[in-house]
Amino acid sequence: MKFDTPATTNPIDQLKVVGKPLDRVDGPLKVTGRAPYAYERHDVGAKPAVGYVLGAGIAKGRIQAMDLAAAKRAPGVLAIVTAENAGKLELGKFNTAKLLGGPDIDHYHQAIAVVVAETFEQARAAAGLIKVEYAPTQGAFDLASARDGAVVPKNANAPADTAVGDFGRAFAAAAVKLDESYTTPDHSHAMMEPHASMAAWEGDSLTVWTSNQMIAWAAGDIAKTLGMPNGKVRVISPYIGGGFGSKLFVRADAVIAALAAKAAGRPVKVALPRPLIANNTTHRPATIQRVRLGAGSDGKITAIGHETWSGNLPDGSPEEAVAQTRLLYAGANRMTATRLALLDLPEGNAMRAPGEAPGLMALEIAMDEMAEKLGMDPIEFRILNDTQVDPEDPKRPFSLRQLTECYRTGAEKFGWSARRARTGQVRDGRWLVGMGAASAFRNNLTMASGARVRLGSDGVVTVETDMTDIGTGSYTIIAQTAAEMMGVPLEKVVVRLGDSSFPASSGSGGQWGANSSTAGVYAACVKLREAVAGQLGFDAATAEFADGEVRGGGKSVPLGDAAKAREIMVEDKIEFDKEMTNSKQQSTFGAHFVEVGVDVATAEVRIRRMLAVCSAGRILNPKSARSQVIGAMVMGAGAALMEELAVDKTRGFFVNHDLAGYEVPVHADIPHQDVIFLDDTDPMSSPMKAKGVGELGICGVAAAIANAIYNASGARVRDYPVTLDKILDRLPEMG
Amino acid sequence: MKAFSFSRASTPAEAAASAQRIEGAKFVAGGTNLLDLMKLEIETPTHLIDVSKLKLDTIEATAEGGLRIGAMVRNTDLAADARVRKDYALLSRALLAGASGQLRNKATTAGNLLQRTRCPYFYDTNQPCNKRSPGSGCSAIGGFTRMLGVVGVSDACIATNPSDMAIAMRALDAVVETVSPEGATRAIPIAELHRLPGDTPHIETVLTPGELITAVTLPKPVGGKHVYRKVRDRASYAFALISVGAIVQPDGSGRVAVGGVAPKPWRVEAAEKEMVRGAKAVTDGLFAGANPTHENAFKLTLVQRTLDAVLTEARG
Ligand SMILES: Cc1cc2nc3c(=O)[nH]c(=O)nc-3n(C[C@H](O)[C@H](O)[C@H](O)COP(=O)(O)OP(=O)(O)OC[C@H]3O[C@@H](n4cnc5c(N)ncnc54)[C@H](O)[C@@H]3O)c2cc1C
Ligand code: SF4
Repeated sequence: MKFDTPATTNPIDQLKVVGKPLDRVDGPLKVTGRAPYAYERHDVGAKPAVGYVLGAGIAKGRIQAMDLAAAKRAPGVLAIVTAENAGKLELGKFNTAKLLGGPDIDHYHQAIAVVVAETFEQARAAAGLIKVEYAPTQGAFDLASARDGAVVPKNANAPADTAVGDFGRAFAAAAVKLDESYTTPDHSHAMMEPHASMAAWEGDSLTVWTSNQMIAWAAGDIAKTLGMPNGKVRVISPYIGGGFGSKLFVRADAVIAALAAKAAGRPVKVALPRPLIANNTTHRPATIQRVRLGAGSDGKITAIGHETWSGNLPDGSPEEAVAQTRLLYAGANRMTATRLALLDLPEGNAMRAPGEAPGLMALEIAMDEMAEKLGMDPIEFRILNDTQVDPEDPKRPFSLRQLTECYRTGAEKFGWSARRARTGQVRDGRWLVGMGAASAFRNNLTMASGARVRLGSDGVVTVETDMTDIGTGSYTIIAQTAAEMMGVPLEKVVVRLGDSSFPASSGSGGQWGANSSTAGVYAACVKLREAVAGQLGFDAATAEFADGEVRGGGKSVPLGDAAKAREIMVEDKIEFDKEMTNSKQQSTFGAHFVEVGVDVATAEVRIRRMLAVCSAGRILNPKSARSQVIGAMVMGAGAALMEELAVDKTRGFFVNHDLAGYEVPVHADIPHQDVIFLDDTDPMSSPMKAKGVGELGICGVAAAIANAIYNASGARVRDYPVTLDKILDRLPEMG
Repeated sequence: MKAFSFSRASTPAEAAASAQRIEGAKFVAGGTNLLDLMKLEIETPTHLIDVSKLKLDTIEATAEGGLRIGAMVRNTDLAADARVRKDYALLSRALLAGASGQLRNKATTAGNLLQRTRCPYFYDTNQPCNKRSPGSGCSAIGGFTRMLGVVGVSDACIATNPSDMAIAMRALDAVVETVSPEGATRAIPIAELHRLPGDTPHIETVLTPGELITAVTLPKPVGGKHVYRKVRDRASYAFALISVGAIVQPDGSGRVAVGGVAPKPWRVEAAEKEMVRGAKAVTDGLFAGANPTHENAFKLTLVQRTLDAVLTEARG
């Protein structure tokens, strides 16, 4: 199905099942431990051997010699694979550095060997016996010092430079100006389930049970890396314990499990040990950002400029932290610039809301600062500069933009009017209390997505698509979509996901998954309705599918009757006509409200209340959508207050590479969270009229917290995370 | 993890004797620190002697009016003990500020005292570390030091002792009782248990090879207000940036020990004599000769401000 005209009324609009806050259909499996994750596929095939990955002990240089003798002799060892005996490996389309390094080392903890043994303990012990001699070379590890050498990035989604009007002149002439720099650190995805894969060969065919967000990309890149034909690789990933972007691409566990299984002649499973994940896999790269805002004394922005610098390995991509600035606020004169420095740290890549998440961390503090300079309420300042059209191309409207409504609704609910414009005015015992707000913004991306649907004589509808559920609720919203379309209760729908033998879907990433994959299921169900109508002699255009029956022309027939003779199976995919979808700017919007306390003695920050108001198209399931947003708000709280991969600038690695050193929020850090979804449907997005929320929720949270800290304490911190050592000196004297 | 053998001792003396007899042996109690370190091959014992089943898990009153805490009393049980909560509230509060409920259920009194540093370079066997492999150098110095020590440190090592419990023990003048492989017992004041790193940061305590901790005794209660304030980046389940354990008497005098700043629980008796003069005077004394890095110098200010708040709370 081609989506080339805006959606009109369709069966989804009945909202009998879609739009309801239903429990997850996969919930019981998960809470009873019966959902099989990649490392625990005891149900498939022979007992696997276990591979343990050895990571490089230096950041850059060469392996001079590797002594495997002791490891080979160790108890239980079946095989050891290194670059030397692995055969020729290509670089995956989505990888920047090789997944099995050697003799050249590109980054710290790059995999350089896998030891395969009967048990995990044996493999790990033997890996410890490998002696590696390195010849380290100099590398660049510090973004601040590499920044001067930064260049226009080769591999970017957006242009490195954008300009509209005359930014320089307008900024110089502006009555009120702001010119500040902000920094965001490297972040680790820190998902619960480590990267894990099990691989088994049958002749020249390979099956990989893994944990991956994008099945078709994974199958393609495993084949490419191993030099195999595409059709010979099957990837199965039905349950994923979180990804946040770190599992968008094939990583070392999958490729190495395949190599190890070949070497050992039997299935092998590999999980990356937690201390390896920060440096072996990808991370959200650090940024340095400069924001310049110019406005008239009436508060209208006349000039808006945003520059960003990040670093990556050769051929890596930049962190596109200026993305939102092109679209979020009005202003006739605008510029953005994206530059990339060469760094020999591990590969930087997508993490939840790449671009916007770190970009808004800077821009939305700048907006708060600017409002103060103008003597305006920071929300009113944003509303004044709201726009219904693409500020770079005013002929192009937004498909649906309710930023102002988000702020008005939130301000009312949160009690924003009680906020004191002057800092440090509110005290509650040992706490200095303040409020902050920030805009949430994330573009709505769409991806082609296919699905197969089957109808059985029992009236059960089975959906098969390689879509993934990374903890987001895909199983549930897909079941809801099929139930709505076919007029059956949720219990009559079976959803099978995450298998490359199913039709290729949008996969999970960039918050495109929910809208795109359900639209693909919608397309397949339209076809199934036609097939059913044909089989039962109904007019497909007018037949009604409800209560497990097909009705029309005065008769009604049980749905399953259509499949009496044999199962009906159809397949289709949704394809988005770019010209039509791009004719209007599709984005998602929100407003975050936060109240914090800052300890007057220690500068410890504790969040007291959080509210997000989101406008993100039709909400397919308010319960799973809310979970997405509150989870993203937690992640934003981590970014604001504690998360930072600490770089050792001489040794070239992330030092705090476990979950004791890389702190993410715990329950005690998170107060009551409120989420409000504005009622809206966007016919430009898909027949589902939905958009994404999974990334919107993190966008702007950290800045809202930083702004609240400023309001509470008067300490304006522009370098994340806002830890107490950056506030301490600016608190009132004690004693 | 290296393969190891395992045995269970039936008496403290036998445990100590076999620890000396078996080359490369170590005691294991709750295992919450040792096993993690073994998995990373930071500790590589060839043999473990399980001391957790020794009958060292009771808390008894002493003739002097204090408490004798068995070495194997779990952190959870110690924190919940009515006598501890009433007379040594500082200890209870410090324990509850540490780790998580699950860990405290396993962790023992002796194991907690002997837990090792959380310096991130100590945890990465690719990196030089004088504490892990003597003479290899210290990679923390010049590296990421935000969490590390500011006082009592040396050119060889700037790691901190991460125990919360030990801060309270130090302020309470606890005494560590041990038995040697020869069967001799001795009592070590907590102030003397941990050593400063000097040139030998790998030698962390005055315990001799095979010497087993059997108990920790607390002198009779000293009264006063007991406040333990742990300051950290997140609200729970994190090691301290700094912590302040204070006992403040009605006349304004008192004791204070500080965590997160030094290789051992940090208490300077001469400094706390200044308590009536306020937090600054005490902190100046605590940090005489301090040698912070650019990244962790904030700990000095933080201790002073925290102590100030603690004294206000205690007097209020
Ligand atoms: C995730 C995590 C978070 C933590 N957070 C904190 C925190 O916030 N604050 C805090 O204070 N601690 C924290 N801890 C550390 C925890 O308190 C210690 O791991 C625990 O107290 C160790 O006790 P154990 O009985 O398990 O010791 P074990 O691991 O069994 O032993 C530790 C050491 O003591 C030796 N030993 C044990 N018993 C004896 C004995 N009787 N005589 C001589 N030697 C002995 C062992 O040989 C070993 O070297 C944390 C630990 C973890 C894993
Ligand atoms: S500070 Fe001590 S523990 Fe840390 S690396 Fe240096 S020597 Fe090792």
